[in-house]
Amino acid sequence: MRLSSDEMIFWQGGFLKLNATIVFTWALMLVLALGSKLATRKLSTGLERSRWQSLLEIVVTGIEKQIGDVGLQQPKKYIGFLGTLFLFVALASLCTIIPGYEPPTGSLSTTAALALCVFVAVPLFGIEEQGLGGYLKSYIEPTVIMLPFNIISELSRTLALAVRLFGNMMSGTMIIAILLTITPFIFPIAMSALGLLTGMVQAYIFSILAAVYIASATRVRNPRPPPAASIDA
Amino acid sequence: MDSITLIAIASIATAGLTIALGSIGPALGEGRAVATALSSLAQQPDSATTITRTLFVGLAMIESIAIYCFVVSMILIFANPFWNHVIAQAAGK
Repeated sequence: MRLSSDEMIFWQGGFLKLNATIVFTWALMLVLALGSKLATRKLSTGLERSRWQSLLEIVVTGIEKQIGDVGLQQPKKYIGFLGTLFLFVALASLCTIIPGYEPPTGSLSTTAALALCVFVAVPLFGIEEQGLGGYLKSYIEPTVIMLPFNIISELSRTLALAVRLFGNMMSGTMIIAILLTITPFIFPIAMSALGLLTGMVQAYIFSILAAVYIASATRVRNPRPPPAASIDA
Repeated sequence: MDSITLIAIASIATAGLTIALGSIGPALGEGRAVATALSSLAQQPDSATTITRTLFVGLAMIESIAIYCFVVSMILIFANPFWNHVIAQAAGK
């Protein structure tokens, strides 16, 4: 019984191994990039829009609103990174309907790579927003004694991101595989539907958590002076 | 009892015990979280979207603990380094 799709090898040349994770990741990237390119060929701002443009508008404005709700000012700066995270993980789980497909997020390599992207992006956005000194000062924020705990919490929440997504995806595919060998067909179908639901929820959770981490790294620390209240006597 | 038997018994028993004990805590925690979310939804239906979103994020964090236990249990069953080591030793003999 396979633990992850890393072990399904399609082609091997020398030390280069083309396993299922890489093939399906590139297939997803191709679908996302080509789909967006085709849908945005003739953009219009009038009343006549193609339905693909409407779909993309719904998705983009939805993500932007969610990012704004989390507390990030200027959502447009972060929507490239966070939107891509959400769309990749969501499409990876959505395509489990297709027979013969193994979600690449069911392999610890993919989820660790995504979590590392978030781990690198949070200081990048924080430094861009507050300067290097301001961002580093946030590590000793309540007192200096908190410095090791802040560093440990950074590392552990990255690990948690990776393991959470991996565990959810891997358990979904594994339980369907186990059920297929012992029960009639209706139970694996029900578990497949449950796997779809948890896949979507985990995609949302991954991007919202990334947004929350970026928001906590970029929030303005010096409080604004209160507006002068003038009371006409 | 030789080491192969000992490792097999320990791995199987620990795998079952890990997932059994490890699901109790998160299940109780999630039950409490949903109960509190429902009562605050009843008190303030206007902030339903905020409450729902925060509930889902909180549930995902609680769920991760159960996922860690599941991953450990899977490693013990399918990717056990001690088992692979003794099997390789036995095959080499």
